[in-house]
Order: sequence, then structure tokens, then C-alpha cells
Amino acid sequence: MYTLGIDIGSTTSKCILLQDGEKIIGKSLFVGGMGTDSPERAMDSILKSCELSAGDVARTIITGYGRKNFQHGDGEVSELTCHALGGRFVFPELRSVIDIGGQDAKVIILSESGRMSNFVMNDKCAAGTGRFLDVMATILQMDIGDFDACAAKSSNPASISSTCTVFAESEVISQLANGVQREDLIAGICASVAARVSALARRAGVTPMVCMSGGVAKNGAVRRALEQSLDMTIEVSPLAQYFGAIGAAIYAHRQVVKETR
Amino acid sequence: MAEEKKARRPVDPNSAKYKLGKIASDAFADAIAAKKEGKPVAWVSSNFPVEIPETLGLATAYPENQAAGIAARGAGERMCEVAEAEGYSNDICAYARISMAYAKLKECPEQDVAMPDVLLCCNNICNCMIKWYENLAIELNIPMILLDIPFNPDYEVSQAEIDYVSAQFWDAVHTLENLFDLKWSDERFKEVTGFSCRSSRAWLDATGQAKYTPSPFNGFDLLNHMAVMVTARGKEAAGEAMEQLLKEYKENHENGTSTYRGEEKYRVMFEGIACWPYLRATSHGLRDRGINMVTTIYADAFGFDYHSFDEMIAAYCSVPNAINLEKSRDKRIKLCKDNNVEGLLVHTNRSCKLWSGFMSEMSRQIGEACNIPVASFDGDQADPRNFSEAQYDTRVQGLMEIMEANKEAKGE
Repeated sequence: MYTLGIDIGSTTSKCILLQDGEKIIGKSLFVGGMGTDSPERAMDSILKSCELSAGDVARTIITGYGRKNFQHGDGEVSELTCHALGGRFVFPELRSVIDIGGQDAKVIILSESGRMSNFVMNDKCAAGTGRFLDVMATILQMDIGDFDACAAKSSNPASISSTCTVFAESEVISQLANGVQREDLIAGICASVAARVSALARRAGVTPMVCMSGGVAKNGAVRRALEQSLDMTIEVSPLAQYFGAIGAAIYAHRQVVKETR
Repeated sequence: MAEEKKARRPVDPNSAKYKLGKIASDAFADAIAAKKEGKPVAWVSSNFPVEIPETLGLATAYPENQAAGIAARGAGERMCEVAEAEGYSNDICAYARISMAYAKLKECPEQDVAMPDVLLCCNNICNCMIKWYENLAIELNIPMILLDIPFNPDYEVSQAEIDYVSAQFWDAVHTLENLFDLKWSDERFKEVTGFSCRSSRAWLDATGQAKYTPSPFNGFDLLNHMAVMVTARGKEAAGEAMEQLLKEYKENHENGTSTYRGEEKYRVMFEGIACWPYLRATSHGLRDRGINMVTTIYADAFGFDYHSFDEMIAAYCSVPNAINLEKSRDKRIKLCKDNNVEGLLVHTNRSCKLWSGFMSEMSRQIGEACNIPVASFDGDQADPRNFSEAQYDTRVQGLMEIMEANKEAKGE
């Protein structure tokens, strides 16, 4: 049985095709999330690459901020549940997921048996989210993918004290003007995101094993700063960006199994 | 062809809904009529002892109630912007900003009130109230009477606090007698306290009917009905209407009916002041998922039952925002346990720093004590610029999914 999970975020659309709830047989990721044609393109692409048609899929579950507006699904589940399920699929001992997405940051706590037992999300402010890093990358005229390598060169990370994205933008510009090294600024920016998110994690009751999901998981500088702040090892998987979609596909599989019992 | 408007079913004039709605709207109209007759009007903070103006026969209007009405009818942003243009920061409580805007404009079609001749302020609901009323007093050039009920760091109300507040109570009475040539009557006071306790007992008993599963009412009903407890609990008609409400809830339970539409799958406690500009969105976000908000301390906060003068003062010293974290927590834990609550939804209200500030710790303690999940969302009691429906939706859905998983784990 094939089930499909689609995670429509604010900046990307991800799809996972799962066989019998156990084996990932296809994945796709397209830049562009809610309000673009990327969700359809991601779905078409995964079906094509697996040589399947929509009729071969037993159930499709949608998650992410665009979950309400996508017409080709059989149901929707919050990304909170999906990240918990997806994270546990990749790391069977997982107890905490730190997800830093495009427009929000969340910490999800799982019980020993793997049930989501608690979650805390950022407030409306963009600080501590992927959007904050995007804004900073634009100011520094850098590709966000280069942040990790650049921050690793820092010997004296700058202090970014403003939690507000707009204020932090002015702070970074003024530090640039004062001759602060680019690598020190980037290390400071990543540390600022980590400080904000680690406060959320503590509030949620973060417990090892911890992993990161979402696009920012690829950013080693943020991850290392988080590890330091929480004094915990943070696991990361090459599938980190797909946890939501994996969780949605697992949820779809469980639903079908439950209904056919 | 234009879409036909669905005709509203007329409300039964014998129903609690009709009676309570009439009392709430009459409260505004009566003060406007009194003003036209040249009688003095007081603007009163919501937890000021209503027994004082009611006994003295002083007409009243409640700015918090007015601001909630204005916000619910969609004019919160417009009024807040008027206050902000006058120099009031958008970090100030939105009720206060709306009230300051009204003091300047002296009209707002969404909810007009009679302009005041005196301000009756009590800070047991919030300390910001003092600065809000001081500004009103200056802007309108009218006297302000402050009944100081400070935040109580102890668990119980001491006799010293009762004595401190009692002295101010009588001082307020004498000041009002002198200002407006009014006369205090012990006989009338006894009658008013009787009405106030009668209303309160029926109200608290009515909200307590949520102990039944399913609840005989949708908790969002309480947010409408509580307007009467804020503005008119000392009136005879309020007691009658509240008793009617209690009767209807009891009948609903006996008949297996409820004002909550649909199947009640999950029961939550709502924490904080309602998000008035998005009442529909916040209410439907719950209802569409089978969640009934069965209880909230915000509604119970306006029920005052007492048997003596000192007990009355102690009750005003024990309102939710005047008591310490431990007592606040225990009251909420009791509500959760009495009403079989399965989850807690916390409104982190930008307008209400006091209430929201201690909620992250208090909600953690409540969640642990009751073994229920907690979710919070950002919003505002009256400024619509501080709420995101998509973010609310995700948090409510996450809360529901935990409650669902908990039920499955219990085999329910």
C-alpha cells in the first residue's frame, strides 16, 4: 500500500511516498510553498519518478501552513503531529523535535511510546525562525547555504542583542559599518536564533534524544549553538526537511490500517 | 442575484438569552437616559464593588465592557489608532486605548455610552487601571475615586487588608454622597447585596453545570452572558435572568441537549480574556474540531458570593488578578478537575501583560497537576492587529491531536 504525505510550508513544498508505512520509496522538494504551484509540482514529480498514478495511492495527507487550501488531499493534520511522527520514524528513540521552519519555530515533546505529549511554538515575532536568517542573508548578500562554513571561521562571534528582526537588521548593518568581520556576524546571528529557540525548548521540557527538523536543520552553526546552549547532542538527518511529509504519509497509512481493521 | 440573508430566529422573550441580552443593552441605555435627565454618571472598573453605585442610585457605565463590545463589532483598530495618534503607545492595554479614544471622540456607533461625571477605579483587576483612569480624569476634568486593592502575595486575605479596603469603601461612599448629594441607605445596601449574591450564586451554579459530560452549554455563551455580571450583578433583574439561565442549563442536561452545536469530543479550559475581535474565528476553530471550551476563570471572576460585609470585601480582594500564583493556580486546577477538562488553551494576550506574564509558569503547573496538554496562542483582547488566524489554527489543531492521542492511549 502506498501513502503520500505532502508538507506545504511557507517557503517550500515537500512530498514523501511511503510503502506499507515503512519504506520511503520517493521524495520531492520544490522551492515555493503555500500560494504557489509547487505543491502540485512536488506531487506530480514524486508520482512520475515512482512510476505511479494518483489512483495507486491509498491516501494522501496534507500538513504544513498550506494544509487547508490544497485540493488533492484526503485529509489534513497539523505539522506538529507530523514532525513528531516523522522524527520518530527516522530516530526510533526520539523524545524531542526542534523544528525551525520558514515562519515559525516549534519544540515538540514525545512520550516514551512516541506520542506527542506537549509542544511550544514561537510567538508571532519572526525572531528565531528561518525568516530571520533569510533577512540576515539578504543584508549580508550571502547565500544562506554558506552560513555554516562562514560561521565556522569565526573566532569572536558578534553579539546580536535585538530579538526583533527589524532591530537586529539595523544592528547587523551598523556592526558591518563598524568593521565587524562577516564570519563573526554570521556566528552571532546563528547564536541569536539558537538562544531564542533554546528558551522555547527549555519551556517545553526538552529531553534527549533531541533532533532538528526543518530547513534550518541544515545550518550547522545554529545546531552547534543550540547544542551548546542546551548542553545536549542534537541529531540531524539528511531527511530533516522531510519530517513533516514523512509524518503525514505515516499518518495516512495508520488511518487506512485503522479503517480496514 | 444577491444572496438571501438567512433570517434570524426570533429569541424567546422568556429565555435567559433574551433577558440577559436586554439587561446588558439596557445598562448602556439607562445610563444614557440618566445623563439626559441631568443625573450623574460614573464610569466604573469591572471589579469595583458594584454595591456602592447601586446602593447610592448612581448611574453607571463600564469602559471595559464598552471596549469589548466595540472590539467585537470590529471597531477596535479604528479606536486604538485614534488613541495612538494622541500619543498613547500601542503597548498599552487596548481596552484603555479604546476608552481614551472614546474620551476624545465622545462617540462610537459600535457602542456608545453616557459620558461620566466621576470615575470609580479599582485596581484588583489590573494595576494599569489606575493610569488609565488617571488619564481619563485629566482628559475629562472629572474626579476619580480609587479603591486600592493591591496584589496579594499571600494565599489568604488578611484582616489588615480587609480593614484597609473597608476604610476606602466608606470613604468612597462619603465622597460620592458629597459630590452628587446622594444618600446612603443601609436598607437599600442590604437589598443590593442580596441581589448581587443572588445573581452570583445562580451564575456560578450555571457555569458549574459544565461538570456534566457533555456540557449543557457552549462555553463561548459565558463570554456573552458575563456582561451582565460585570455591569448589572447588583440588580434584581440580573438575579432572575441568571436563575433562568441555570434552569435552562439544568433542563439541557436532563434532556441531553446543549447550546454547543455538534458532538462534544474534547473539553478544554480557556485561559485569559476573550479575543473579542476574532470571537468567531476563535470559537469556530474549536467548534469545527469538536472542542468545547467548558470553563474559564474569566467568567467565574465576576461571581461574588458572601454572607457579611467583611466577606464581601474579602471577595473583592480575591478576584483572579489580585491573588498570588499558587492561589490562582489552585482555583484553575479545581475548575479543570470539576469540569473534566482534557486540555488547556491559553490566550497570550498582548494587552494584558499581568495575566499573560505569569501564565507560562502557571499553565505549566496546571498541565502537570491535571495531566493535560497546554497550548498557547498570541492575540489581543481588543486590538485585531495582534492575532494570526493561521497560527491560532495550528496550535488548536495540535492541542486537539494530543487530546485525541491521549484518548486513544486510554482506549476511550
